[in-house]
Amino acid sequence: MSTTPILEVSNLRVEYHGDNRQVVAVNDVSFSIGEGEIFGLAGESGCGKSTVANSIMRLLKDPAEITGGQIRFKGRDLLTLRGEELRRFRWKEIAMIFQSAMNSLNPVMTIGSQMVDIFTTHEGISVKQARVRSAELLRLVSIDPVRLDSYPHQLSGGMRQRAVIAMALALQPSLLIMDEPTTALDVVVQQEIMAQISDLQRQLGFSVLFITHDMSLMVELSHRMAVMHSGRLVEMAEADLLFARPLHPYTSSLMNAFPPLTGPRIRLTGLSDAVRAADGSGSCAFHVSCPPDRINCSGNIPDLREVEQGRFVAEHPRTNLEGAAA
Amino acid sequence: MSVTNPSDTVALATPDAPTSAPASIRRPRHGLIRGILGNRKAAFGAGVLLVFAVVALAAPLLAPGNPSLITAIASQPPSAEHLFGTTAKGQDVLALTMHGARTSLLVGFVVGAAATLVGLLVGVASAYFGRVIDDLLSLVTNVFLLIPGLPLLVILAAFLPPGIGTVVVVLIITGWAGSARVLRSQALSIRSKDFVAAAVVTGENPLRIMFREILPNMASIVMSTFLACVIFGIGAQAGLEFLGLGDASVVTWGTNLYWASNDGALFTGAWWAFVPSGLCIALVAFALAMVNYAVDEVTNPRLRTKKKGRTRA
Amino acid sequence: MRFIVRRLAFYLLAFWVSITLNFLLPRFMPGDPVTRMFAQAANKMQPHQIEQLRQLFGLDERPIWQQYLTYVHNIFTGQMGVSISRFPTPVSEVIGSQIGWTLLLGGTALVIAVVIGNLLGILAAWRRGGVLDSVFPPILVFVGSFPYFWLAMAALYLFGVVLGWFPIRHAFDAGMTPELSWTFFSSVATHLFLPALTIVLVSIGGWMLGMRNTMIATTAEDYILMAEAKGLTNNRIMFRYAARNAMLPSVTAFGMSFGFIVGGALLTEVVFAYPGVGYQLLAAVQGLDYPLMQGIFLTITAAVLVANFIVDIVYVRLDPRVRVS
Repeated sequence: MSTTPILEVSNLRVEYHGDNRQVVAVNDVSFSIGEGEIFGLAGESGCGKSTVANSIMRLLKDPAEITGGQIRFKGRDLLTLRGEELRRFRWKEIAMIFQSAMNSLNPVMTIGSQMVDIFTTHEGISVKQARVRSAELLRLVSIDPVRLDSYPHQLSGGMRQRAVIAMALALQPSLLIMDEPTTALDVVVQQEIMAQISDLQRQLGFSVLFITHDMSLMVELSHRMAVMHSGRLVEMAEADLLFARPLHPYTSSLMNAFPPLTGPRIRLTGLSDAVRAADGSGSCAFHVSCPPDRINCSGNIPDLREVEQGRFVAEHPRTNLEGAAA
Repeated sequence: MSVTNPSDTVALATPDAPTSAPASIRRPRHGLIRGILGNRKAAFGAGVLLVFAVVALAAPLLAPGNPSLITAIASQPPSAEHLFGTTAKGQDVLALTMHGARTSLLVGFVVGAAATLVGLLVGVASAYFGRVIDDLLSLVTNVFLLIPGLPLLVILAAFLPPGIGTVVVVLIITGWAGSARVLRSQALSIRSKDFVAAAVVTGENPLRIMFREILPNMASIVMSTFLACVIFGIGAQAGLEFLGLGDASVVTWGTNLYWASNDGALFTGAWWAFVPSGLCIALVAFALAMVNYAVDEVTNPRLRTKKKGRTRA
Repeated sequence: MRFIVRRLAFYLLAFWVSITLNFLLPRFMPGDPVTRMFAQAANKMQPHQIEQLRQLFGLDERPIWQQYLTYVHNIFTGQMGVSISRFPTPVSEVIGSQIGWTLLLGGTALVIAVVIGNLLGILAAWRRGGVLDSVFPPILVFVGSFPYFWLAMAALYLFGVVLGWFPIRHAFDAGMTPELSWTFFSSVATHLFLPALTIVLVSIGGWMLGMRNTMIATTAEDYILMAEAKGLTNNRIMFRYAARNAMLPSVTAFGMSFGFIVGGALLTEVVFAYPGVGYQLLAAVQGLDYPLMQGIFLTITAAVLVANFIVDIVYVRLDPRVRVS
């Protein structure tokens, strides 16, 4: 792992404009990803992690809007890219794997033509050459190249997701964003896919921004990870350190949300009610205090502070600097 | 006839109602009505309809006497005396237009209500009972949808005794299928929701489930189906009467156009004889369509035309 | 394949319903219309022709199921009786000589309206809030609110009578005989212009808005987002990814609206005295020509069913998901 960051997100702020209210989906989020590094971003649904991914790809649409901060990729300011420049940049430098492969493939085009158009658009090569390259890619993810002429609905769920991975690697991007890439798959296929991604990453050396709510899966794969809650980062550290000794109460709740397969049986609790019940104050314990209108809590999560070398946490009255909370 | 036949418009209104929280599904009406009241298109449409309704109701006061009485002052262009001019038979066009509104609107709304009702019964029954009943009703619906409307209207109207009653019956027969299809698919999607399943499990009786659980959640789609059916009714009635298949002695917008065409208004340059009635049909249909789009927009915010020019950082 | 067979069976059923309806109507409607027709037509008919008509309308004494079998047999062998208004030409011959014009008018107008309407819808949805999206829909909805035949009257009056730019009646100049010549074709084209224009104007709004709305739903799909992330060009995403998918419901709507467009075309023909089946239908109504009315109804129904069947075949070509099952 090299330390030169290829992606630097600093003070990113994204707002959604509703008819009569504004929601801050991402509030002052900063992190960076090094070359060849797998960086995990964890958090429950709706915490803003996908919004971060879409901001980096510049895929946000109305009513979402980036209202502050910077995203730099290899020193380039991504937020100033426009039109043709932006189009050429996408997929060539950063590719993305979306949540559900069933929905991210065009149902009326063959897998082959959806791969071919990447090459013909970005590299201007002939369809024939592009098909040869596409066939190689399919082999890379262990799919028989005859599948080039299949339609998405003719493939199994796992195959579709592997085809999408193949597409993502087509132009050998330096960063791969994976937004819950295996959520829609069953556990066995999930393991296969993760193993394959991990292999490919070692082989090709790209960096990864890995987004999921599944902490155990993330720890297995990531080098470094951050935990996100209500649009804020609450903790960021080396993956195994963070897993072994979570500092923020939210991190430990999130980890406890998945039952361990071994060990004694314990009663599972909901993400925030656990802490709330223990505290009794009515505030959900991840924030300093609830805002009076309770609309936007994210302002009450303090900024990350480095508490040890490479360990960041949003300090909180109950932050457990000594060891695992809860 | 206008483009907006029931099946068409409804195809535009993809039943994409908010489905997230059961609470919002089960009580959509407050939001719907408030949303419609605040919508500019709806306000415009409702205003136009109101004006027409008032004129239609007050026609005997505004233009007393029999409007189709033949007089000697024939083919007069618009003047202070006859604001819309007179026909080749010396009838006052303004009086004909105002009296025409009575029958045309009445037929349109009766046909709209009846066709929607039939469609609703068929659609909800189809969705609720499923299986054989659904297959059968869907088959009948689709056959009716497929048989071309106008020729069917013509042979039905030709064989039935002429008159307004026949026109109404014939329009209902040809108009219900489009609404049945749309309402069925909407009812079907509500039928599969958990709260309906819960009602079935707790042993509520089918009628109660249909009317208390399913129907209230279809308010917006029923409304837009009804509006589309009214548009269909008014347009198709005019078409039938224009072909001479209505009762030519009753004053409606359709018969006005029939007589204008028969009297050669087009070739004698008497544009005033055919413009008002056609314009009225179009205005009413347009007003109804506007209300309909407003309903769509309120229930499906994605369709709203957005304001331009929000800059990105 | 099973899909196609099922659809075919369905169309046959629909056609059977139409035939049966045709059979039942004169038999269950109290004698009036048919008697009137006979009173009017009796003096110019031969006895055997009257006999044939009596059979057609169920005035013979045979049991009803026998009448029914004969009727169905007659329909499928193209014997739809003799036209009364164009006595003694058989109905099938009258229709045969006119359907071509209806197909020309309806087909031309339909293709133009569908192509332009859908294209406008695609562009409007792609640039939400743009000029196309905010100016066109209300105008087209307003124009679409006019009855077909009224817009035809207005166009005829304005461009034909007042301005004199286009001929006002028939399908080609009087005195011309149909032939393969440039002058004949240009005459046909100028006569076609106004009627086709009115049909296009009335129907285009429905196509545009329908396409716009399905496009908007489609652009929210994940595969559009992925296509964008792939860095494809705008045009490719718009047509190959978004429109190609949004087209599918449009194709179904296309089939469903055939019957409607035919209705509009028939009325437009009446206004322009365009020599198609619609104009003939008016003549049939006025002349109490029931055999011809029924013949036209069946022919148009058959045409609409065939058109729908073709649409189904096209649909199967367009949607790979149906193709396989």
